[in-house]
Amino acid sequence: MTFVAVPEKLADLWPGITPYRIRRIIIEESKRAHVGHIGSALSVADIVAVLYGCVLHVASADDPLRDRFILSKGHSALALYAALHLKGFVTEDEIHAYCSDRGLCGVHPEHHLCGIDFSTGSLGHGLAVGAGVALAARMRGEPFRSFVLVSDAECNEGSLWETVMFAGHHRLGNLIAIVDDNGQQALGKTKDILDLHPLGDKWRAFGWNVHEVDGHDVTALSAAFRDLLDRGDAPGVIIARTIAGKGVSFMEGKVEWHYLPLSDDQYAQALRELEASATP
Amino acid sequence: MRKALTETLIEIAQSDPRLVLMTADLGFMVLEPFQERFPDRFFNVGVAEANMVGLATGLASCGYIPYVYSIATFASMRAYEQIRNGPVLHNLPVRIVGIGGGFEYGHGGITHHALEDLAIARVQPGLSVVAPADSNQARNAIRATFDLPGPMYLRLGKRDDYAIPNLDGRFELGRCELVRDGGDVVILSLGSITAQAVDAAEQLAGQGINATVAVVSSLRPAPTEDLAELLSRFTLAVTVEEHYVDGGLGSLVAEVLSEHGIRCTLVRCGVKNRAPIGWGGEDYLRDAAGLSAGQLTKTVCTALGASPA
Repeated sequence: MTFVAVPEKLADLWPGITPYRIRRIIIEESKRAHVGHIGSALSVADIVAVLYGCVLHVASADDPLRDRFILSKGHSALALYAALHLKGFVTEDEIHAYCSDRGLCGVHPEHHLCGIDFSTGSLGHGLAVGAGVALAARMRGEPFRSFVLVSDAECNEGSLWETVMFAGHHRLGNLIAIVDDNGQQALGKTKDILDLHPLGDKWRAFGWNVHEVDGHDVTALSAAFRDLLDRGDAPGVIIARTIAGKGVSFMEGKVEWHYLPLSDDQYAQALRELEASATP
Repeated sequence: MRKALTETLIEIAQSDPRLVLMTADLGFMVLEPFQERFPDRFFNVGVAEANMVGLATGLASCGYIPYVYSIATFASMRAYEQIRNGPVLHNLPVRIVGIGGGFEYGHGGITHHALEDLAIARVQPGLSVVAPADSNQARNAIRATFDLPGPMYLRLGKRDDYAIPNLDGRFELGRCELVRDGGDVVILSLGSITAQAVDAAEQLAGQGINATVAVVSSLRPAPTEDLAELLSRFTLAVTVEEHYVDGGLGSLVAEVLSEHGIRCTLVRCGVKNRAPIGWGGEDYLRDAAGLSAGQLTKTVCTALGASPA
């Protein structure tokens, strides 16, 4: 399998799957459903766009040789639904039924929805499952890779470090973790609650290849994925420095946007800001 | 049953490449034959049960059938949420093997006594719960359940050196097995403590009390029809389990009696109220909890209004 080359312009890079379109869907659907977790979803929009735009090989949702993606920080589900919708796995009706009764798109992703490899919502679990997937591919000599997106606060969970140790020890080069390092958690700033830094050094100490990049710089993200996959001698982690609520000024870096739904005025402003900064 | 486990897994692994064995750094002098035979399908993940269950979930999602091995307390409880949100929620064939239910790790103390594992396993939808009574039954239970599409919790005793008379290794998921016939009382048991229940039935016979003994190794799926038919023939049922009395076999039998409107008095023998205080070996702790053959005999006599010999 080959890694898709990075073209000059975003429009060429990801036909249809752009950070702008993902952010727009996040704002539209969270407003439609009147639910929160908006800041967390916006935080990972660029990461998810890069993954589904040029990193993941997913010919179909049930291809046994597809790359697996686990959104271990399940509360960013809306970003994932948006990418899956733009990829054609999730229908318009399904995404419009976000947080509706009898819908398949809830606040946290469940595997009954086409394109969701693993149900998440409980932090500290996804990386172990992703490591099991990577181990399976290695044991069978198959080319698929395993990608797991975790939150920075998720690195509070001891169970995550059990897997970090295991994957480092077994040099699972087909496992890539991405830490959405937005510096926020449910009740405040990570540096005030349980300081994680130097986070890259911690992963490095367990034998992982580490890239620390701007998590909203799609070119830097793409290059980091490419390098980690090319090296393949150890598991790789991208510490993606992000801003919760990225793209909507009044949400950026604000803990309350982990919870709040949008008012009509806020919705209008959010859309205006997204459109103004949209990449052609 | 540990020897039975390793030998049966080797037997299956010879012809089925899906079988993987993982341990959280336990199984000294038990798992080595598998490790030597199939080094590529054996993983000691270290003392990390949560990661082990997560890894097994990922492996199972890609077509493997992983057995994860630890002492019953750690296997069933340390990674309980990972079991719930992993193989249970996704209906994947992960086999959680808990060694030494009840008091089998006697002097190890309460941290090593699995007294609630069956109860917490039994409430998870789609999780088969199996506790064989002896090694031969364990071998057949492992063979019979290997290919199940969903997950299983398997509670295995430590010892391989005894056999329940007349059981002959019989096992069928969702059924119970009769090993003794008698008309005065039905004794129902599962797991290693069944040996004490069978001995109690023998002692009762010496006093002219005839007991039927049923082995209920398949706690889930529960042998509901077998139990309803059996219980309807008796006025006294006694459950015997090396477990807290709530949530396990005694509770299952109470549910069947109630839901089928069967008029039969139930006496639940197990660990009551709280974990035993003080240290002791397996035999001491079983006796203190009223689960030795002698104590069980007295309990049945009292329930029948007979004087113990």
